[in-house]
Amino acid sequence: MNLVDFQSAHLLVLAPEFLLVILAAVVMGLDVSLPESRRRQLGLVAAVGMFAAMALALIFSIPNGDNALLFGGMIRNDLLSFVFRMIFMFAGAITSLISMDVEGLGRRGEYYALLIASVIGMNFMAASADLVMLYLALETTSIGLYVLAGFLRDNDKSAEAGLKYFLFGAFTATVMLYGFSLLFGYTGQTNLYAIAAAIQNGSVPPFITVVASVLIIVGVGFKVAIVPFHFWTPDVYEGAPTPVTAFLSVASKSAGFAVLLRVFVAGFQGMALRMPGASWLPMLMAISAVTMTLGNLLALKQNNIKRMLAYSSIAHAGYALMGVVAFSQEGVAAALFYLIGYVVTNLAAFAVVILFARVSGSDEIADYAGLSRRSPPLALAMLVAFLSLGGMPPLAGFINKFFVFAAAMRSDLTWLVVVGVLNSIVGLYYYLIVLKWVWVKPAPEGASPIPVSRPYVFALSLLCFAIIFVGVVAAPWLDWAAQAAASLF
Amino acid sequence: MQFPFLSIITFTPMIVGVLLLLIPEDRKTETRVAALAGAALCLGMSLFVYFSYNVGQGGYQFVEKFDWIPRFGISYHVGVDGISNPMVLLTGIVIFTGVLISWGIDDRPREFFAFLFILATGVFGVFVSLDLFQLFFFYEIAVFPMYLLIAIWGWKVTREYAAMKLTLFLFIGSVVSLVGALAMYVTVGRATGVYTFDMLKMAEAQAAGVFNFNLNVPLLGSRPFEWVWFPFVFFGFAVLGGIYPFHNWSPDGHVAAPTAVSMFHAGVLMKLGAFAALRVGIMLLPEGARAHLPWIVVLTVINVVYGAFIAMRQTDLKYMIGYSSVSHMGLVSMAFATMNYTGYVGGAMQMFAHGVMTAMLFATVGMVYDRAHTRQMPELGGMARKMPFVLLGFTIASLSSMGMPGFAGFMAELPIFMGLWRAGTNTADFIAPYYAWIAVISALAIVITAAYLLIAIQRVFFGEISEEHDHHVGDVTVLDKVAITVLSITIVAVGLFPILMGPMVSSGVIAVLRIFGGA
Amino acid sequence: MNFVLSHLVSLIIFTPLIGLVAVGLIPSDQKQAIRWVAFLASLIPAGLAIALWFSYAGGGEGFRFQEQAVWYQAINATYHVGVDGVAVPMILLTGLLTPLALLASFNIDDRVKPYMMLFLLLETGMLGVFASLDLILFFLFWEIGLVPMYFLINQWGGKERRYASFKFFVYTMAGSLGLLLSIQLIGLTAGTFDIARLINIWPSFNKEVLVGVPISMIKTVAFFAFSLAFAIKIPLWPFHTWLPDAHTEAPTAGSMILAGVLLKLGAFGFLRLVLPLFPEQAHRYAPLLALLAVIAIVLGAYAAYGQNDFKRLVAYSSVNHMGFVVLGIAVVAWVAGSPSEALRQSATIAGTGAVLQMFNHGLSSAAMFFLVGVVYERAHTRDLDELGGGIWQVAPIYGGILLFSSMASLGLPGLNGFVSEFAVVRGAWPVFTLVTAISMLGLLFTGAYILKGIQKVLHGPKNPKWAGHNMEMNKREIVVVAPLMALMLLIGVWPWWLASVINEAMKRLVG
Repeated sequence: MNLVDFQSAHLLVLAPEFLLVILAAVVMGLDVSLPESRRRQLGLVAAVGMFAAMALALIFSIPNGDNALLFGGMIRNDLLSFVFRMIFMFAGAITSLISMDVEGLGRRGEYYALLIASVIGMNFMAASADLVMLYLALETTSIGLYVLAGFLRDNDKSAEAGLKYFLFGAFTATVMLYGFSLLFGYTGQTNLYAIAAAIQNGSVPPFITVVASVLIIVGVGFKVAIVPFHFWTPDVYEGAPTPVTAFLSVASKSAGFAVLLRVFVAGFQGMALRMPGASWLPMLMAISAVTMTLGNLLALKQNNIKRMLAYSSIAHAGYALMGVVAFSQEGVAAALFYLIGYVVTNLAAFAVVILFARVSGSDEIADYAGLSRRSPPLALAMLVAFLSLGGMPPLAGFINKFFVFAAAMRSDLTWLVVVGVLNSIVGLYYYLIVLKWVWVKPAPEGASPIPVSRPYVFALSLLCFAIIFVGVVAAPWLDWAAQAAASLF
Repeated sequence: MQFPFLSIITFTPMIVGVLLLLIPEDRKTETRVAALAGAALCLGMSLFVYFSYNVGQGGYQFVEKFDWIPRFGISYHVGVDGISNPMVLLTGIVIFTGVLISWGIDDRPREFFAFLFILATGVFGVFVSLDLFQLFFFYEIAVFPMYLLIAIWGWKVTREYAAMKLTLFLFIGSVVSLVGALAMYVTVGRATGVYTFDMLKMAEAQAAGVFNFNLNVPLLGSRPFEWVWFPFVFFGFAVLGGIYPFHNWSPDGHVAAPTAVSMFHAGVLMKLGAFAALRVGIMLLPEGARAHLPWIVVLTVINVVYGAFIAMRQTDLKYMIGYSSVSHMGLVSMAFATMNYTGYVGGAMQMFAHGVMTAMLFATVGMVYDRAHTRQMPELGGMARKMPFVLLGFTIASLSSMGMPGFAGFMAELPIFMGLWRAGTNTADFIAPYYAWIAVISALAIVITAAYLLIAIQRVFFGEISEEHDHHVGDVTVLDKVAITVLSITIVAVGLFPILMGPMVSSGVIAVLRIFGGA
Repeated sequence: MNFVLSHLVSLIIFTPLIGLVAVGLIPSDQKQAIRWVAFLASLIPAGLAIALWFSYAGGGEGFRFQEQAVWYQAINATYHVGVDGVAVPMILLTGLLTPLALLASFNIDDRVKPYMMLFLLLETGMLGVFASLDLILFFLFWEIGLVPMYFLINQWGGKERRYASFKFFVYTMAGSLGLLLSIQLIGLTAGTFDIARLINIWPSFNKEVLVGVPISMIKTVAFFAFSLAFAIKIPLWPFHTWLPDAHTEAPTAGSMILAGVLLKLGAFGFLRLVLPLFPEQAHRYAPLLALLAVIAIVLGAYAAYGQNDFKRLVAYSSVNHMGFVVLGIAVVAWVAGSPSEALRQSATIAGTGAVLQMFNHGLSSAAMFFLVGVVYERAHTRDLDELGGGIWQVAPIYGGILLFSSMASLGLPGLNGFVSEFAVVRGAWPVFTLVTAISMLGLLFTGAYILKGIQKVLHGPKNPKWAGHNMEMNKREIVVVAPLMALMLLIGVWPWWLASVINEAMKRLVG
């Protein structure tokens, strides 16, 4: 543990977060000052701001590799957190872009502000090295998201989603907090690395660590939406405004993974290595298998595209979890890489859903019939996104799955690979069903082309390009992920 | 660094496909011309590579290699040997003729050609891959456009069902192989300390004996590594090769697909399965192959005979040819099961020969269907007078298909049978005494093939033409004739001058057999 | 010139293909041009065949004019051609008959182009079989001969052409299949497909190669497969049933070639492959072969007599005549390698007679089928009762030619048929006395059916039915048949020019 005293240079590490805070304020200010007709630009401001924050991070905040614990051990300045922060900001920026034309959302400053606040919270979730910091970040994130999920007050489903999300979230967060308190109680420490060291010394009874693990998994599992903490997902995804759903499905899930990696791989590895039989590892393996299987099987039956994507996101959490439970540097790298690919892919999928719903007002899969004739570029984007979700090369989804499977195989988890492989077949099936509606079925009479405004063109082009780029030129991203993973070990 | 011929061949279709998508939707003629130009480029390049391959030197040539994802030991590594080179040429021929005969597609030709070309990139990529990851990468690229091509432009009655069935079968096959491939990857990595997907390095490691250990398999107890994983890898790929009992996606797929896709599907894609089963399954796990192929040969006999019988019972021309493809691809697997030089030469030749002739069969059937709007043999007749050129093409392909000497099919089937007999001389093989029966039984299938193809020619091209067809059916276009001519020349050239292909194939096969210990 | 001589056999085989390409380039509606180009093109191999004949005759023994080149190295098959005393007459026959058949086809008006192209392809196939010295090559040409014939019958034949062509194809194909499998077996066990080499090593080959399959079994299986394939082609009783159908339905020129050359392929196969490669088995089963031959002779003649269709009558006569060929072959098979000098001499005579009979039957059956075609074209019937005789009155030239050809076929001394049948019977007598005696019975029937045919067509009072018709042959038709008649007479009076070449080959075969 190399705790570093405060230096002003450390502030630079958090430069993006500072910028985001300012951005939130600016957005709120503009909301008041701009005339109604120009408030659409708010989304643009938010997006540009978040891209700028990413640029700032790239310029100032790339970790120097010493994995220092800053701000009194609250923050760990490592590549893992950096990668995750980039993911969150990217997801936030894209979400802002694709929110711009959404009724009741796109012209509301507080919406963007909440979004930015959530991103800030997530950034700290990924970076925190202390239980207190972690919990604070988690709550910062969650509260913003609760509100966002229920943002459309007049819409019953949205309101229900907000409430449901809140109830589940609050409950699981409390359970997790109890797990934190157990750890604190036995070790007297709040710093994760200190706790890990304590466990390694044997100052915590194994039984307690297992109980604490289970309790923490409840909290994290809720964020990641793994079985059996997934029940909220379909309803919330369906009810929440679609951009929020998109954000939840990628950013919130990734944040959960950030915590998972930080707490379990970094904090508990000593324990896991010491008592393999009773550790959390087999439990997570089982959860991974069950999660992807259940997610895929339930997705099969969905008629609503948002619900389908909800279940599919559960399944993808299962795949990514495979990398974590491989419990190796390659595994963590693969999981991280999986998240990178999944974020761009799923955002693209939701972007299309948003655009389509704006015109047709429907999220039923059957209503996508003939989209390829109504709007060929949109159909093409959908093709790219869904095939990537289905795991087809040369798209990100293929290489993601491949690495996760390879990593699991290297850890001798053949059975889990087989489960994953079988699942990917099921997955492909329902993604193809959607594509069948889009590409094969004729359009209904009088269906009009779907207009795509410029921010969406930009967002979709960027995402599709990213999907292919990640899928083909995988090496740099994977290196990033691998170095980030290395910082854990 | 030499000129990257193989990369250009591989990526030209993809690039052309993407460019096609940029052409405005209503410029259909420009789309077609651009597609044809791309296909012609591929064909030209593959011809060049084919004929400048140095047979005397053998081995992998036109090799390009650079790191792709070094962290996982993945490189971009391409090269052709005596077996894959004819396959590349075959793909070039089929894409070129496929574009020619698809000229008449009027429903979104842009997307059609784009998907077809993406498919072609996948196919080329698999044939030239020397890296296992890269092979899977391209293999999947070759699978998914198939879904759209069939589902969108296919035969309305069965297309959705057939497309889904096909895609899932192939996808299941590929992921099953993937598990086996990963097992090899991990084992090689662990033993040598170098994790790599490079197939040449994996083969070296295999030769060095890294797979010589036993695994504990539930229910089966302790079994050799290769024994355990060979079936996964082999069958995973062989699904695409149409091996019994995993073949039944294939006739449905053939029938539902639009003509050019059927050509591609039966002509090239099925070879992809057989080729990958050879390259990955047999070449990387030779001991597993030695253990399992003797019983797999029984499946291939079923393939050959059963396929022929079912084909005979069809009244739908496309189903007939679809099942005949199953039967003929059975011969390829059968050839691989012989594990000797002659058989492998036959298998490799059969991949090419069947590719060309089945492409021709589907092309000609498509031409008939486009004009007569039916593929039911009882409803057809007298087409010879309407489209004599199609008769010529269909006849040449049929004769080749029934193993008539002078056509490519004979030059492939002959060594296959020779290989079967020769397999019967291998005293170490417990099934050796039965190879004679296998040869005789399979030969019967050839008689059946001759019978149904002759009957088909008779029913479709001769006999009475129906009133309606007499009025509406016209001759085929010049482009169609060009396509038929190209395919015919190929069939006859290889049939009369096996020296055009034989030595090249032999050089590749010798390398394969060296893995078996010079058997 | 040197090139021509050293590649003479290849040139003969492939020059018809030049004609094929040339015809292919002419537009379909230029029918006359197509006919002439095809005809003239077929004269090239004919001329080369004659050149081959003169270069071959009296210039040494064994396989000559050999050419060998790499063809399919993977299975060790080579392009190896060469001729001996049996092949040369057959090549000559083919070379001569094809132009005549093409000339006879000038009246074909429907799809002339593919017709001519198929015919030229057929010629290449037949010539190739006679010249092949590699089993795979032999099979290749063997099958090439099959396909064009199928289409010629199928497309330009009579009413029942579908059925007839299919039957023809399936019979031959079934034979070919066994042939091919046996070729594979031999190639695998002996390691070579080269006929010239196999003749030396195969009869004494006794290494067990296939696990659990004794070499004797392979030999026996291969022997039967070969024999079956060739017996179907000859056709030997009881495998002959495809022949009358095929003949009846084939167009005239098709029948000429079918009877004139294609049937010889079977007999040639016995002489080229079965006897040299399987002397032991051939010896064992020679009596059976002789028996079948006699049955063919007797029943063929008897059946011919029973026919009312002129063409069918001639078709069955082929079964009858080819029976003599087989009888001669059976004698050679039985005697070959025998220590008795006298027997061997008889066998040589019988064998020479057999090949001579092949040549003669080629001439006379071609002529007969052509003449049947001539009358059919004018009378539009081949039914002997409907023809009703009396044609001589209206067509004296035709009558004379028909009579001449019939007599040649009948075996009238002084014409070719007599020479060869006599030689066969003379050679067979000391070997299969009883069988030969019975075959003489066949000769009786031969006389009967020929006379029946002549009587029903030519004789009788002037038939009012044909009064208004021009039944006479035209010049072209006379040109077709004249060379055949000249040869019939020539061989009849001076057979040795042909027999000497055959005799030399037979001597080697008999040992």
